Amino acid sequence: MATATDRTGMDRWEKENAKAPLRETPPTTVSSVPIEALYTPESLNGFDYETDLGYPGQYPYTRGVHASMYRSRLWTMRQFAGFGTPADTNERFKFLLEKGQTGLSTAFDLPTLMGLDSDDPRAYGEVGRLGVAVSTLDDLHRLYAGIDLSQVSVSMTINATAIIIMAFFLANAEDEGVDWTKLRGTIQNDTLKEFHAQNEFVFPPEPSVRLVVDVIEFCTKHVPQWNTVSISGYHIREAGSTAAQELAFTLADGMHYVEQGIARGLDVDDFAPRLSFFFNAHNDVFEELAKYRAARAIWADVMRNKYGARNENSWKLRFHAQTAGCSLQDKQPQVNLIRVAYQAMAAVLGGCQSLHTNSMDETLALPSEHAATLALRTQQVLAYETGVTNTVDPVGGSYFVEALTKQMEQEARVYFDRIDQLGGMISALERGFFRREIADAAFVYQREMDAKHKLIVGVNAFQETDEKPIETLVIDDHVEKEQIASLRQIRTKRDPRAVEKSLAEIRRVAGTSDNLMPALIAAARAHCSVGEMMNTLADVFGRYDGAAKW
Amino acid sequence: MTARINTMSNKLAPIRVVLAKVGLDGHDRGIKVVARALRDAGMEVIYAGLWQTPEAVVRTVAEEDAGWLGLSILSGAHMTLVPKVMALLRDAKLDHVGLLVGGIIPETDIPRLQEMGVARVFGPGTALPEIVDFLRQRHEAARA
Repeated sequence: MATATDRTGMDRWEKENAKAPLRETPPTTVSSVPIEALYTPESLNGFDYETDLGYPGQYPYTRGVHASMYRSRLWTMRQFAGFGTPADTNERFKFLLEKGQTGLSTAFDLPTLMGLDSDDPRAYGEVGRLGVAVSTLDDLHRLYAGIDLSQVSVSMTINATAIIIMAFFLANAEDEGVDWTKLRGTIQNDTLKEFHAQNEFVFPPEPSVRLVVDVIEFCTKHVPQWNTVSISGYHIREAGSTAAQELAFTLADGMHYVEQGIARGLDVDDFAPRLSFFFNAHNDVFEELAKYRAARAIWADVMRNKYGARNENSWKLRFHAQTAGCSLQDKQPQVNLIRVAYQAMAAVLGGCQSLHTNSMDETLALPSEHAATLALRTQQVLAYETGVTNTVDPVGGSYFVEALTKQMEQEARVYFDRIDQLGGMISALERGFFRREIADAAFVYQREMDAKHKLIVGVNAFQETDEKPIETLVIDDHVEKEQIASLRQIRTKRDPRAVEKSLAEIRRVAGTSDNLMPALIAAARAHCSVGEMMNTLADVFGRYDGAAKW
Repeated sequence: MTARINTMSNKLAPIRVVLAKVGLDGHDRGIKVVARALRDAGMEVIYAGLWQTPEAVVRTVAEEDAGWLGLSILSGAHMTLVPKVMALLRDAKLDHVGLLVGGIIPETDIPRLQEMGVARVFGPGTALPEIVDFLRQRHEAARA
């Protein structure tokens, strides 16, 4: 038998391995990180299970945030949906709940994300197209009509205008007689990554972060079960970053929010347990699951040791995962089902708390009902048929997985130092650091695909000459007209003096350091629109146009 | 890049391309990658940036005296935005400017865009050399 000091087996393996030629595509991750031929105890360099890894549900949570993970409770299957009018999306929500989905996730259209009303000239052609159009409290009411908000958890993907939509949500809950303390859900409310990647920002970075912290502060006091920020790496990855950049930039954003919350005078343990994360699930199974494990270990460490959190819930990084939209192809779209299934498995092996699986037709259009059903079924097969849920952290202790987890952690820490050297988050952002890093990585990736160092089935390998198109969802033009008509009706019906008074109050509070939420809730009740409130805030905060830098 | 191509592009007037994101969609990964590839291929690239209105884009094309305009649209608003840009190019007597569209464009919309006068639609998965070669070929054909 070989022992740690007896390297006969190892020496023989090294010789044999060196003789065997490599395949043409280099063994690197999706992020172009080279991978060793074999991982052994030596790769872990004095690894001690008790101190370096530990147990699920215990610091530093590398093996998961819960002791029994999916044996007790499966992840939440949360499919993102939204298109057309609030009534159209409401119908899709009810369809998904009926098919066995366990939480709702709301996509808003681009005008709403950018703070423009449906009747704004710049919204022309985009109303209800990529998500649902919400301009007023009335729209939000129709969006969730007939869904018991004290029972179903709701996620809302919105950032620059998050605080306004949250104000609508809270006003609506009150109207429906649902106590704020009963509300469960998540608002994305992560504007920093908009500047890095997603490009739906309106105000300059500092007032943008102030609004994020206003939501954190208000919900910490009044909506205790609400996840106040979903700190998102998803979009950073979609914009072309590597896995390590996604990890590092997301956690750096999280740390900035924590610092701002503390600066606001909040006790870290009062708000940190309600911060959640959102990561991408890309093609490379091991790189992805190592990323989630590293994320938990780093977050636990910084929350405990850098920010002095004492509540264990503040140390736990809980995350939602979504399979990688950017990995989907328009060639042979059914093949996307297979990509999504492997990506979803990586997310589950990495211990996600909730998951969205993309539909196979997303490079062509918004998901059809058929494609959306298959995407959900993919999760159900994973949960009930594959057996990956049977034991906690089934990949833990693999030499490869543990080595890659450590490596990921180190790469992220190198980035934290670079961000510090650039003067911290806002200064690095304003210098274009994040955008540049991400664009460079995107370019490298595309070059490798063009050179066929990375093969993508149906795209640069295994192409079909005769492809049959699949059926896709068509959003018809009635949406824009209906939305504009209903908005005009609200504008004529409401009390113009109440509107003016509430907008004036928003303007006043924006100029102070007080929390804006109460003024926004009052404005929602006076039927002020998203656009009116955003324009009022822009008068005080200014608008940010850092977008043309590349 | 090979020396042969370098000498060729020296003799020709350089290809000038304005690239822009029109509408509200912020997906700029593709357009930035394309911008860099065209620039590396010796073309003059003006990236107008995000959230451009059709009017602003056409103004940039005129000011920059560009021969090509590349629009990136991943929001599904292409059937509204492209005809508008087309009409504005005609009004500005810029009919000679070639229009390229990139992004998420359903198969059934591609022939409709081409009928409107779009020179080419590049979808996801397009290799960068394909775009470079297309522009070079058209450029040489126009000169011949």
